[in-house]
Amino acid sequence: MLEVRDLSARAGSFEITDISFEIPTGMYGVLMGKTGSGKTTLMEAICGLKTVTAGTIRLDNGDVTRLRPGERGIGFVPQDRVLFYNMTVRRHLAFGPTLQGWPKEAIEERVEELATALQITPLLDRKPHGLSGGEGQRVSLGRALAARPEVLCLDEPFSALDEDTQSEIGKVLKQLQASQGITILHITHNRSEAERLADIRFQIREGTLDSVAK
Amino acid sequence: MDAPSERRRIASDKPFFYGLVAIAAAYLLLIIALLLADVHYVSLSEIGKALQDEDIQSSVTLTLITCTVTALLSVLVAVPTGYLLSRFRFPGKRLVDALLDIPILLPPLVIGLSLLILFHQVNLFGRTIEEWFAWAFQWITAIRPDIRPGVTFKVPAVILAQFTVSCAFAVRTMKTTFDQINPRHEHVALTLGCNRSQAFWLVLLPQAWRGILTGGTLAWARALGEFGPILVFAGATRGRTEVLSTTVFLEINIGNLQGAVAVSLLMIMLALAVILLVRTVGERTVLGTETHHHSGGSHA
Repeated sequence: MLEVRDLSARAGSFEITDISFEIPTGMYGVLMGKTGSGKTTLMEAICGLKTVTAGTIRLDNGDVTRLRPGERGIGFVPQDRVLFYNMTVRRHLAFGPTLQGWPKEAIEERVEELATALQITPLLDRKPHGLSGGEGQRVSLGRALAARPEVLCLDEPFSALDEDTQSEIGKVLKQLQASQGITILHITHNRSEAERLADIRFQIREGTLDSVAK
Repeated sequence: MDAPSERRRIASDKPFFYGLVAIAAAYLLLIIALLLADVHYVSLSEIGKALQDEDIQSSVTLTLITCTVTALLSVLVAVPTGYLLSRFRFPGKRLVDALLDIPILLPPLVIGLSLLILFHQVNLFGRTIEEWFAWAFQWITAIRPDIRPGVTFKVPAVILAQFTVSCAFAVRTMKTTFDQINPRHEHVALTLGCNRSQAFWLVLLPQAWRGILTGGTLAWARALGEFGPILVFAGATRGRTEVLSTTVFLEINIGNLQGAVAVSLLMIMLALAVILLVRTVGERTVLGTETHHHSGGSHA
């Protein structure tokens, strides 16, 4: 579950105010809004990357509003993937679990499991340079999922991907939602993308939540 | 409105490119002409003589040591300073940013003079800074009675004079390097379980290698060319604080123009060798690790 109550946060001079919504455990929530409506600020506040000025963020395991980003159990897939160019795909997948102190065997097992699920096993020893958009997006997804977060936050995950790759990654996301039982918050400005994937939809306008639809 | 009956001709791009090439070539020609003039002026035997001169040999050694120490110190200071300037907002940031450019803007002689005044005229708890240094390092005399610790007119003064100017260039380079790396890299690292320090060491720094290398090389090259502050703060004592830039000055002073030009050519070769070596090694080390051209994405 991801429950946001009366949340306000600030990014420079821009502010989002009194945002409340809930995505039940294992559901796929899509937050829609135009460019500049506050989608990314809201997502970064949820991930702990923007200071929350009021309100609470709760996951199944409790209130995470004041926790540091890495302590929240939220995986983050930013816009344009943002891969680490000094690391192989394998290290990307192992990065989160390593930081969280998983045993070596468990990390290796998780890397193999994710690589298979995301169909990137042949890429494991490559560095991100030269990966296609779709491959890069799978690596970014795998990196965010590796340490088994409770909630996965996706910031415009289909931007800069062609239509076939968008549909392919969309299928992967729905499969992951089903197989890993993960709660997903996906932000986009694309209505058809939202309709295709969402179990629950939200609309944000000028920093405030406008509507909720199933 | 009817379309014009004749297809409009777009003016050729050739004059534009010829213009670019002509301007760049004029500057390149000036540099090559300078080098050729030096080469033409000095004979090979004069270069050989300069290489065999003991004073010049010790000057080359001291130059290599001081420039390398300066470059390392500059990188050590420039990386955290550039990171702070690039990633954080704090009160007085504009002022700090402007202050860091002072060593670049000031005439080099003024830097030397200011260092001299700082070390000899500023009294802290009854001693000048020079005296505090001599006091702090007096244990050296116990081990090596021939060494009298201090800064001014000694090797540390050469390094400090070089560092004061070189570091400012390295800081600029590092700030630009970090500015070009999308901060979302660190944001992602934070969500994966890093603290700020781990995000810096594990994610940001390995991606900034090219910038570190450039900053270090620039600092090294700037230190090699430094003259004014060294002359004022470290002096130009043969065999003690003489580096190649002061050697050129000393050779001119004694009327040995051939020697001065030979040393100048030596400096040029040294600078070219170091820059080419560092860049070649750097290209191999960091191949495929650069980020900013590929990462895309907006800055947070």
